Amino acid sequence: MSSQQKKDQMPDWSDYRGILVFVEQRDGVAKNVSWQLLGIGKKLADKLDTALMALVIGDNVEHLANEAIYHGADKVYLCEGPELKDYRTQPYSRITLKLIEDAKPEICLFGATGTGRDLAGAIATHVPTGLTADTTQLDVEPSPSRLLMASRPAFGEKLMATILCKNHRPQMATARAGVFEALPRDPERKGEIIRIENPIKNEDIATKVLDFIEKKNEVNLEEAEVIVAGGRGLGAPEGFKLLKELADELGGEVGASRPCVDAGWITHEHQVGQTGHTVRPKLYFAIGISGAVQHTVGMADSDVIVAINKDPDAPIFQFAHYGIVGDLFKIVPNITAQVKKRKAEKSDPTVIKA
Amino acid sequence: MLHIVVCIKQVPDSREIRIDPVTNTLIRQGVPSIVNFYDLHGLEEALRIKDNIGARVTVVTMGPPPAIKALKECIALGADEAILVTDRKFAGADTLATSYVLAKTIEKVEEKWGKVDLVFCGKQTLDGDTGQVGPGIACRLDLEQLTYVGKVAKVDSEARKITVHRYLEDGTEVVETSMPALITALKELNEVRRASLPGMIRAARYEPITWTIADFENVDMSKIGLKGSPTVVGKTWVPEVRKIEGEIIKGDTPEQIAEQLTQKLAENNLAEKLGWV
Repeated sequence: MSSQQKKDQMPDWSDYRGILVFVEQRDGVAKNVSWQLLGIGKKLADKLDTALMALVIGDNVEHLANEAIYHGADKVYLCEGPELKDYRTQPYSRITLKLIEDAKPEICLFGATGTGRDLAGAIATHVPTGLTADTTQLDVEPSPSRLLMASRPAFGEKLMATILCKNHRPQMATARAGVFEALPRDPERKGEIIRIENPIKNEDIATKVLDFIEKKNEVNLEEAEVIVAGGRGLGAPEGFKLLKELADELGGEVGASRPCVDAGWITHEHQVGQTGHTVRPKLYFAIGISGAVQHTVGMADSDVIVAINKDPDAPIFQFAHYGIVGDLFKIVPNITAQVKKRKAEKSDPTVIKA
Repeated sequence: MLHIVVCIKQVPDSREIRIDPVTNTLIRQGVPSIVNFYDLHGLEEALRIKDNIGARVTVVTMGPPPAIKALKECIALGADEAILVTDRKFAGADTLATSYVLAKTIEKVEEKWGKVDLVFCGKQTLDGDTGQVGPGIACRLDLEQLTYVGKVAKVDSEARKITVHRYLEDGTEVVETSMPALITALKELNEVRRASLPGMIRAARYEPITWTIADFENVDMSKIGLKGSPTVVGKTWVPEVRKIEGEIIKGDTPEQIAEQLTQKLAENNLAEKLGWV
């Protein structure tokens, strides 16, 4: 055997099988990213002909173990205890590490959230193994390599890179919220729930969560079916009023590109794109948005995109199903009026549709 | 007096990086190097603790020799000591190998200047965007791990406790823990000061301490550099612009355009789906 062949030979990982997803929750409510991870995890597991596992840690979270099954898990590990009510690095990482040792998954997925990144970073160092942060594409090579191809944007989304972890197991990745699709919830789905003992005593943990101040989420871009987003072309914060009127008429939310947020025209929770939200609504309006890649990475997967811009060469038109070249201040109010009119016709039975 | 270590990294300003349209590779030439700005917020917080209750602030970085410039910047802001850890053998490190070397460095700092109470890192770097080195160091040195910190509410050096606010997607978590602890800094943590004139003068004369691999004992060579890095970059590509055969909607008046658009959307079944046919 040549030295090159020797080098390419993979270690035997045949005792590492299955994909493990960490289910993130607060107060018994799961984060959507957890179900999205089960969605992509299921695809990968099917490709590798292996099991999809989930780990639920918390206090009174048995219902989430069932939810994990409804969302695609074959096997759910459940660890409950009052000490585990709030996420804390030390107890959560100890439980997860023990499970990784026992269950030997070949791939572990976490949400690229504050909690997911905190936990995954600690675990990967302990194992030790490779961890790819903030992935937006996940795929696997079939047997025998069974390699996770974890791809993520780099250098401000200008480049994509696939990261591989050839010589360590499990292969770990955190994945961005809103990028992968959850499976439809199926309450008929069956799976196995395995309780694991809670080894944690409160006095062993130095960290205490004194308080949690919930962010009042007035905007929920990830779940919105319609987003009316504005950019620098609005010229001033007042421009968002026009967008809000259209969004209200369509039952949607107002989004924004980064320059508007940086300029203080609108709050960060409205921001779509890199360093903001990744969204895939049924209908997305990009109004006065030029279409820089930092924005489009967050919205290009929307079902239908309408772009309105006065510059016919704006890159946003390359993403748009329908483009309108013109003055947004004249066009947007007219669209709002048209939607109003259609709604009125719908609710008025005397109007016969043509 | 508290002993605080701040980990920093000199990074290319990713906002200035362009892609060569012909070769599809990064153009790094002429891209300015800056101190990763999250790290500067960590340094600022360390300096505020120093101003308020007294502390010794040591800045460390792993990188090539030009990173001395970044260290001098930290001295100008008020850090007491700055250490460059540099060796070709450290090159090519991913986050796991990087956290190993930085943990070894902090251990060596402790040998020289006494026990470390707090370590500050940035939330993540601008070039790597992973946020994994901080947790890696905390894990290796058995420090309490406090990530995504937007406010340091209380530092009690007597009771050896620290209270911070962690800014998460769904809200703010108020957490108390014991020192030694590691904090990763958000930009909301503080506003970074400007260097004072005496600071700049000190920085101009200051020579950062340089440690190479020969200065460390008990370094496991299998844990550093490329060899110690479990992850490798497979391929890289420039994300393709998804070109859609879109339709430009034209009309004589804004009313006409708007009417045509809503008609198109209705034909697209969207109106029905969204309930406004």
